[in-house]
Amino acid sequence: MSMAQSVDSVALLPAYLAAGTAVLALLVDLLLARPAATVATAATGAVATAVGAAAVGAGDERRTFCVGPDCSYVFGGRAALVAALVALLALGVLALSGPLLRAGGTPVGEFCFLLACSMTGGVVLGAAGDLITLIVAVETLTLPLYILVGLRRGSPTSAEAAMTFFVVSVVATALALLGAALLYAVTGGLHLERLGVTLADRPELLDLPLTGVAVTVLVAGLAFKVAAVPFHAWAPATYDGAPLPVAAYLSTASKLGGVVALLAVVQFALPQGVTGPVLALVAALTMTVGNLVALRQRRTVRLLAWSSVAQAGYILAPLGALALADADARTGAYAAALAYAVFFVLLELAAFAGVVALRPANADGGRLEELRGAARRHPWVGAALAFALIGLAGLPPALAGLFAKVTVVRSLLDGGAGWLALVVAVNAVIGLAYYLRFAALLYAPADDGVAPLARPARAVAGALAVATVLAVIVGFAPQLVLDLAGS
Amino acid sequence: MSLGQFLLVAVLAVPALGALAVAAVPRDRAARVVGTVAAALTLVAALALFANRGGWSVYGPTPPAVRPWHSLDLPWVPGLDLRFHLGVDGISWPLVVLTALLTLLCCGYSLWRVPAGGSGRALVALLLVVEVGILGTFLALDLVLFFLFFEVVLLPMYAIIVGWGGDGTDAAAVEARRRAGRKFALYTLFGSVLLLVGVYVVVAAAGTADIVALTGGSQLSRHTQLAAFVLLALAFAVKSPLWPLHSWLPDAHTQAPTVGSVLLAGVLLKMGTYGLIRVAVGVAPSGARWAAPVLGVLAVAAILIGSLVCLAQTELKRLIAYSSVGHMGFVLLGIATLTATGIQAALIGNVAHGIITGLLFFLAGAIKDRTHTGELGELSGLRETAPRLSGLLAFAAIASLALPGLAGFWGEAFAVVAAVESGGPFWITLAVLAAFGGALTAAYLLRLLRRVTHGRPSRVLVGLRPGLAGAELAAWTPLVLLALAVGLAPTLVLGVAEAPVHALVEVLR
Repeated sequence: MSMAQSVDSVALLPAYLAAGTAVLALLVDLLLARPAATVATAATGAVATAVGAAAVGAGDERRTFCVGPDCSYVFGGRAALVAALVALLALGVLALSGPLLRAGGTPVGEFCFLLACSMTGGVVLGAAGDLITLIVAVETLTLPLYILVGLRRGSPTSAEAAMTFFVVSVVATALALLGAALLYAVTGGLHLERLGVTLADRPELLDLPLTGVAVTVLVAGLAFKVAAVPFHAWAPATYDGAPLPVAAYLSTASKLGGVVALLAVVQFALPQGVTGPVLALVAALTMTVGNLVALRQRRTVRLLAWSSVAQAGYILAPLGALALADADARTGAYAAALAYAVFFVLLELAAFAGVVALRPANADGGRLEELRGAARRHPWVGAALAFALIGLAGLPPALAGLFAKVTVVRSLLDGGAGWLALVVAVNAVIGLAYYLRFAALLYAPADDGVAPLARPARAVAGALAVATVLAVIVGFAPQLVLDLAGS
Repeated sequence: MSLGQFLLVAVLAVPALGALAVAAVPRDRAARVVGTVAAALTLVAALALFANRGGWSVYGPTPPAVRPWHSLDLPWVPGLDLRFHLGVDGISWPLVVLTALLTLLCCGYSLWRVPAGGSGRALVALLLVVEVGILGTFLALDLVLFFLFFEVVLLPMYAIIVGWGGDGTDAAAVEARRRAGRKFALYTLFGSVLLLVGVYVVVAAAGTADIVALTGGSQLSRHTQLAAFVLLALAFAVKSPLWPLHSWLPDAHTQAPTVGSVLLAGVLLKMGTYGLIRVAVGVAPSGARWAAPVLGVLAVAAILIGSLVCLAQTELKRLIAYSSVGHMGFVLLGIATLTATGIQAALIGNVAHGIITGLLFFLAGAIKDRTHTGELGELSGLRETAPRLSGLLAFAAIASLALPGLAGFWGEAFAVVAAVESGGPFWITLAVLAAFGGALTAAYLLRLLRRVTHGRPSRVLVGLRPGLAGAELAAWTPLVLLALAVGLAPTLVLGVAEAPVHALVEVLR
């Protein structure tokens, strides 16, 4: 076996573009020192990355960094979808950061550089073919966020949030690495498909206590990243302390990254008979706890944070059916989890965009009460925010959210996990209670004492409009998302 | 595309586009006129569905149990087994027309009077969206599409209750209607998520969501049918509502504005009973046979408890709301017998309840608008001060207590007859209890009449103008005439429903 590797640079093009964006943003900031130019560079780079990922993904699957049949980098349909989505989310977050960056107090160059670095991690993540690439990609996605979360200068909550996030994240990474190392000890492999084959061929390995520990520790480490119960406690505090656009990034791109990583190890590497029941339990707990705690939240971002914990439960739910399902139903379950994640990030970005648009520049999310009657003053922005919230609740007229729930329930019943489908169903009802309270509050008659809001920044309004229009489109043509997720 | 298919699409597209147009027209009054015109066109299209229906005979050796007059079947989301499959037959058509008619009357009524709370424009737009959801539910021949339309109704109706409902703007009143709206939304969503699970239990087992292919349940194992029926029946029981899942109804009906109550009671509840007949019984007949006794007992419990609670009510709208629980109990009893007579009774009971309770809520709204109170104790002597209003109320109440010759009679009488025909001590007992419940119905409605129309005029009634507005007459006359027409010639409903009901009962055997 030759150890010399040929490098397929076309497969790596999206990663080059993303990394190039980061470097270029830093250079432009250094050389031109004009915030507008830096932001424009980062935005152009994000668009180029998305386009590059789509273009490469349109062709056949490309593999590189191969040792024999095992490859560390596999750029196929799903990798392209994840890469393009992360790039577009980064673009959206950049648009939401407009008021924050203009308000001063936040270094523009560093912000763009860190965001682009994080985007690079997300772009590589979908293509990772071995555990080390996967964990490094997840870390590249997360690492810049420690700084971004704490970027609100002079804000103790922001620093506190960054600290919480940092500590929890480091522990999670250590756990995931430990899991990878133990799996290597058991099987002698790190490539995801090789692990899957080895564990399937030699079932006696599954009886080793070490294997059980390795699988548990790896899944737990990745579950931290999606903020699944019982590894969720960092999320609300971190989201609430972070600047709003960064919170939006955390709950969309970062969460998507965690989901993709989990999906990769569960689908290719780990035995479904072991992970299925564990994930079913985690999913059920995550959605129930997230929804119940969200009911009591009085702060906007905390409500969104707890709701996004609950949403992670819905994303993981289809994977809970793995143990019982046959091969077809398993493929359906992976596609359903990814499809739900796509619908979710779209609606979540729209929801955050709506909150950013309705809040003063450089402000945090504030209390829910501060948004009372906002839709009466800003009918379009208010309607878009209400639409996104209703979509997260999964009801018409926001069909995107409805179809997301339908996809999950369908895959669960196909996989023979009816009880989990009922849990999802009951949780949808609990969820409606707080989403409806939030949405109704936007239309409630306002108190006189509330100061009138300024016009939302154009970039924020643009991001909100694009996200809403996309949500409407995939609401009427959900097959688009289902096809992409299934490819 | 044939004319029939065009009409099917038009019945849904006209109100949907109408709602958009209403939202786009800036002037309030003009927008309400646009909405009313859209509702009128919808009614025309709904009526036209009947005019050129196809024949009933030409089908293969084993004809399907659902044979729509017109149908339209387009792929939508293959990944979710969802097809845009619409169709209309004798079971759904009367309800489609009833929905279109009541929405038109509500929109017309809103031209004249907009309840306090929001713009009339938005109210009319929401009424039209509700109409789209209800009509879509009645027309859908695909289980997933059925679920989709079932959900569409939820939020607009919530907005109508919270935005325009209740009386007064003080904090307590606002809180009361918000709680009623929230209760309505959460209960109803609870029902529809069970529907979602039930639908996919069926789809996962059968591999199709086509109601035409699924009716008769031949593709499903008995076990699946039992599971599916329990889920579906629970879902529809919340909507109908069946005791003990009814507790959202009195609050929602009482707090909703007049037009909201009319639509809620008139047609929204029928989505539950229609779904029970078309989806739950049709798709899982073994489950239905297994659960029929339970359903029958709950239906009779609903009749008795609804009537007894009504006897103790002192508020007009609340009394009418609770009376719906009893009346829908008769409808469910008819369905529970699983006989042709019973299901026909359920269908005509549905239509009759829609007409009569719609009228009752219009009248209750008119009385509350004039007197700003619904307390029966404060309304005595209405006959002296407003003879026409009180006469109409008497007419509607008597129609509601199922006097022979008026619409309410057929559904209730034949539900009892169907139970007797089912034979055996169990069903006979249910029939006797239901008949006793019918007597209680008469008792509380006559009590209502005695309290409201007789006695000395109370203080709030002094100075009441006796006349009725033109818009009120225009909204009520069609309902009065229909209550008479369906009562005198029940074949209006039963004629079209007879063949499909027999086909359905055929596959139940």
